[in-house]
Amino acid sequence: MEKKINEAEKKLERRNFLKKLAVISVAPIAFGFLGSGEKLMGLKKWALNNGYVPKDHKWGMGIDINKCIGCGRCADACKNENNVPREPFFFRTWVERYRIYDDGEVLVDSPNGSIDGFEVLSTKKKMERSFFVPKICNHCDNPPCVQVCPVGATFKSEDGVVLVDSDYCIGCRYCIQACPYGARFLHPVTRTAEKCTFCYQRITKDKLPVCVEVCPTQARVFGELNKKASPLVRFLRMNKIGILKPSLNTEPKVFYANLDMEVK
Amino acid sequence: MEELVQHLTPILKEITGYIFPNEVELHWGILIVLYPYLTGLVAGAFILASLVKVFNVKELQPTYRIAMLTALAFLIVAPLPLLGHLGHPEKSYEIFLTPNTTSAMAMFGFVYAWYLMAVLLLEIWFDYRRDIILWASKEKGIKKWIHKIVSLFSKDISEKAIRFDKKSVKIVTIIGIPSAFLLHGYVGFIFGSIKANPWWSSVLMPIVFLFSAIVSGIALVLIIYMVVTPLRSKPIQMDCLDKLASYLFYVMIIDFSLEALDFIHRIYESEESIKILSELVSGKLFVSLVVIQLLMGMLIPLASIAATKIFKAPSELKKMVYFIAAILVEIGIFTTRWNIVIGGQLFSKSLRGLTVYKMTFFGLEGFLAAIGILILPFIILFILMRLLPPWEEARNP
Repeated sequence: MEKKINEAEKKLERRNFLKKLAVISVAPIAFGFLGSGEKLMGLKKWALNNGYVPKDHKWGMGIDINKCIGCGRCADACKNENNVPREPFFFRTWVERYRIYDDGEVLVDSPNGSIDGFEVLSTKKKMERSFFVPKICNHCDNPPCVQVCPVGATFKSEDGVVLVDSDYCIGCRYCIQACPYGARFLHPVTRTAEKCTFCYQRITKDKLPVCVEVCPTQARVFGELNKKASPLVRFLRMNKIGILKPSLNTEPKVFYANLDMEVK
Repeated sequence: MEELVQHLTPILKEITGYIFPNEVELHWGILIVLYPYLTGLVAGAFILASLVKVFNVKELQPTYRIAMLTALAFLIVAPLPLLGHLGHPEKSYEIFLTPNTTSAMAMFGFVYAWYLMAVLLLEIWFDYRRDIILWASKEKGIKKWIHKIVSLFSKDISEKAIRFDKKSVKIVTIIGIPSAFLLHGYVGFIFGSIKANPWWSSVLMPIVFLFSAIVSGIALVLIIYMVVTPLRSKPIQMDCLDKLASYLFYVMIIDFSLEALDFIHRIYESEESIKILSELVSGKLFVSLVVIQLLMGMLIPLASIAATKIFKAPSELKKMVYFIAAILVEIGIFTTRWNIVIGGQLFSKSLRGLTVYKMTFFGLEGFLAAIGILILPFIILFILMRLLPPWEEARNP
């Protein structure tokens, strides 16, 4: 009898031990899924305090390639407005020059992101067509960068703008790898991911993004996508529109008028 | 900041074609090459060990515990390169606290914790428990206490308890095999799921990672067995070695077929990216991909192991061939990781240009740090082998 009780006790002990083992191994996993929703709240509070209601907006940008003259003022102004390092390796926006020759050769360049302008060319080859293309974060509606961020530091705000919370960013650079447009970089000082925010500090105060404001030819149009009276909706109505890398299904909210097939 | 700019400025001159301005800085360096290499060794060594327990491959018994300890030593080091490369390693715990459920990388912590706690440590503990208790009972001083703590103060070595241990090892191994597949398949998914990068984006990536992991794991255990056994002045068991080499050979055939399939598929589909990728493979990656990975790391070892089989080579010659083949395989798999991680960042996502990778010598992400991280698992393995001798004769009768 005593032996039996002893055995039963041992069995119980073993069972308890295995139970504890299971709990210990599962605990950190269960713990993890509790807190990721909270991050958006901080931003929302800040915006609402400023009298800005994110869910009332849906922002986008239109860029007319025929109007861009490659002066680079947008890229320069962006660096000033957003404290982007001046070195030629970090850009929230830049302008590319395309030169397509009659033999089919395509040359693309963007020296210092266009800030210092472009060199004049001398070549005997005959140019077929040439144009400038401003580039910027596409604020994708289906953003691959947001999908891959391990800690949810980068997110799509309710107004459609893709932002980075540098307090959460651990600097793993996965988002930089996932962005098909090369629109992200790691800020060399803060060591966190950086990108265009449509000048969030300005648009939440009824101002235009600085690149739009300084553009001398109004090649860039900023506005609401869901409001009929917005200049952006007019832009989309009046032009033939293209987006970058449509096959990747990122659903960009930056729309190009007069986009050339060579632009990627 | 100044250091970074000094590092990046000369790269501007070596760029060919056009790359996006933000692409001048190459984001994942040597440490991220090491990470899949190390976890691959873990998964490979574990799967080799499982063959003994699940499929009852008796010849491999002498390498069972060596393989388990090797897996543990490398698993302990595996997160270090990841931590070292983070911009903010002090915030890395966020991956556990607020993981983004759509991110493959966020699963790292959980897959890793699961594999370490629920698989490796558990299996090693159950397998060693009886021996540790017996060792502790005969020892004195600090070693006795270490063994007592490692055994978690269990004392029961009745026949029934031993039977329970054996059953547990089997169950853990059966759970462990899919876990090992998960651990490394998932690393492949991290790269394979990036649609922005045509060099990475492939559904085959997790499977290729997995089989190359098994290849590297078997080769590593073979090397360790061949180095450690003579050092202990014991004879190398030829049937064990032959079996290891055979498995290495078969898995390499699978790995080679998968990589060939991937290659042929890419050329046949000939998508938008094919031009820049061909330029990459025939130029900047030629030495590391074609010469080292394919020729040295794959074809030569395959041919030499096949030759020992066909010509029935004498044991001494076989030993030499196996050893050299295994070392070539290790170098080959390392360059496989290199070609994936670094190769995938050498071309621009504009598909119009190529850049270069310049490794620094010093610094957290430099050459020295990488060497240190590669040596560290061997030091840990040495300590583990001292604490938990994996040799047959150390087992108590």
